[in-house]
Amino acid sequence: MAIITWREALNQAMAEEMERDENVFIMGEEVGVYQGAYKVTAGLLQRFGEKRVIDTPIVEASFTGIGIGAAMVGLRPIVEMMTFNFSILAMDQIFNNAAKMRYMSGGQFKVPMVIRGPNGAAHGLAATHSQSFESFYSHVPGLYVIAPSTPADAKGLLKSAIRDDNPVIFLESEVMYGQKGEVPEEEYTIPIGVSDVKREGKDVTVVTWSKMYYIVQKAADELKEEDIDVEIIDPRTIRPLDDSKIIESVKKTNRLVVVEEGWPFASVSSEIITRVHQKAFDYLDAPIERVNQADVPMPYAANLEKASLPNVERVKKAIKKVLYIEE
Amino acid sequence: MAIKVQMPKLSDTMEEGKILKWLKKEGEQVEQGEVIAEVESDKADMELEAFDSGTLLKIVVPEGKGAAVGAVIAVIGEEGEKVDDLSGEDDSKKDKKPDKPEKEEKEQKEDKEKADTTERKQDTPEIKESEEKPAPGRDGRVKASPLARKMADDHGVDLKALSGTGPEGRIIKRDIEAALEKGVGKEEAPSYAIDEPVAETIELTGMRKAIARRMVESKTSVPHFYLTVEVDMTNIVEMRSRVNEMQKEAKVSFTDIMIKLTAHALLKHPKVNSYWAGDSIKRRGQIHIGLAVALEDGLITPVIRSCDRKGIIQISKEAKDYAERARNKKLKPEEYEGGSITISNLGMFDIEEFSAIINPPEGAILATGAIVEKPVVRNGIVVVGKTMRVTMSCDHRVVDGAVGAEFLRDFKRMLENPIVTLL
Repeated sequence: MAIITWREALNQAMAEEMERDENVFIMGEEVGVYQGAYKVTAGLLQRFGEKRVIDTPIVEASFTGIGIGAAMVGLRPIVEMMTFNFSILAMDQIFNNAAKMRYMSGGQFKVPMVIRGPNGAAHGLAATHSQSFESFYSHVPGLYVIAPSTPADAKGLLKSAIRDDNPVIFLESEVMYGQKGEVPEEEYTIPIGVSDVKREGKDVTVVTWSKMYYIVQKAADELKEEDIDVEIIDPRTIRPLDDSKIIESVKKTNRLVVVEEGWPFASVSSEIITRVHQKAFDYLDAPIERVNQADVPMPYAANLEKASLPNVERVKKAIKKVLYIEE
Repeated sequence: MAIKVQMPKLSDTMEEGKILKWLKKEGEQVEQGEVIAEVESDKADMELEAFDSGTLLKIVVPEGKGAAVGAVIAVIGEEGEKVDDLSGEDDSKKDKKPDKPEKEEKEQKEDKEKADTTERKQDTPEIKESEEKPAPGRDGRVKASPLARKMADDHGVDLKALSGTGPEGRIIKRDIEAALEKGVGKEEAPSYAIDEPVAETIELTGMRKAIARRMVESKTSVPHFYLTVEVDMTNIVEMRSRVNEMQKEAKVSFTDIMIKLTAHALLKHPKVNSYWAGDSIKRRGQIHIGLAVALEDGLITPVIRSCDRKGIIQISKEAKDYAERARNKKLKPEEYEGGSITISNLGMFDIEEFSAIINPPEGAILATGAIVEKPVVRNGIVVVGKTMRVTMSCDHRVVDGAVGAEFLRDFKRMLENPIVTLL
């Protein structure tokens, strides 16, 4: 297997799918001549030309709407958001057209499109540019939401997303683009809506996804020294949520921690915790814990930004709490 | 609308009841307040009254069978009404399979009921009835994790007998595991394997189960300590025979006199008239004294109320009435609950000294022995005295050594010189 970065994995996925299907095209701010704000689309303009790699003005609502229209008539657009914070401007298009067109047209129109870009906090981008959107988008029936953690998952799932006939929100991260990982060299896809046991353990189940996965892995490594055996489940797809492995794991460990980058209120962790209560109530030995961003707008001050986000220490503390280990 | 008749909680400690007799047959009319069955609780045989009027549609628990408190034992409704639609157990199942034809479901249910009866015969009622059993300790407000509750249920562990090591005393997995290892809280004692065939197997009565459970609970959760004094009973012996010559209203026993003097001593020592309530100590406002009464197949402790305000003759009459009714199992729950302290006397069996197990939640128990003639030193001279030994078992959470000792010292003084009670 090759070891490549997240950025390269996404680039390969798009290039392969563009090669495979001439209806696939890319649209967004700086995706062409500038090679992508985060260089995810590097080389694609040169390889596939201006007709299929389109630089747009700074008009998220418009180019998202154009993408939806293109998808309705049979193309397969990939719309890149420079960050998902800018997708707020396109929410009317995404919520009301992308998500509902197939339903409201009685199935006459499908919207096979992918809206992708970095999600969540990076560094020092302050309150309006450091938000996590998985709970916003997964709230809406009609949208798929994917938030992978490893380059391999990212590549396999982006390819499935491009081939799917439904609108898919594909969440990445500025700070993960350089993250390296093993990626199969042969052609492969990963099905949407299938979770993955990322680390096997017997003492406690931790559910996490996207870049929080790396924080949880670090916490699990450190806890291993204290003989605490952590199992990590990565749902990979937020909606539809595959809770089967989560339930199975909780039945084994009797305790659960959910680690999510976004705010706690009405979040993805809320949904996961509800399901575990419903499906594994009799197996719980401790109240479920979760680690989220502090319930405040992201501070600009670097120290406060750091304190606001989930970190290794907070994850370890939550794990010990569900294990009734006092410090 | 048909109404479920549930096994009532007939005493504070009752967890299961046995139907001794159904006084109504299926199909018969019952009126609200009418006695429909006789039920054996852990303490007494009681009459079960119908809370509603209607036709007794179905008897769920047959005569001679037990059921957990809260379990459906019969169904009352309008004549001809279908019963299958409401038997609690399957409500949830119905919700999950709304598309299933009703007939098929009914048949399945009947099959299930048949299976239930067979399995009950095989001595596994605990598991089958678990769905209808209230969560263990719901009334006692036991805190336990869902997993701990399930494990306790699966292994027949009484959560009330355990103390939790989780936050705020929550019982968690590790507590159940520890209990299973030690065998604490097991509702049934482990069966000892004996090679030779047993002569007889005695089925447990409700009372026997209650005694077993409560005594294990007391001995494993109440920190007992014991104080013993020897009392010169010469004056009391004399006084008693005089009292019984003077009046024929009631034949006063030593126990009657001791009940009265215990009440006096408790008046002086309210710290002993207290009980452990988990997060606090509760001091009782009244003095009710329990009296252990031996029965053919167990014992019960009827409680004589407000002994501080009653004369010995009154106490004597009540004690006799209680003992009589206890032997006939006709005591009502309120007549054997709520004691301050219990007196257990084995003097009639020539036992000189013994220690008793506290009857929770009481703070202490007095064990009195036989009055025996023996040499005592009085004013420097050895004479023949009549002495009795009293052993007080105290709950150390409530009664400390010195507190118990002071109580016992005063009790001894009162017995030796009853006049002090008038001072």
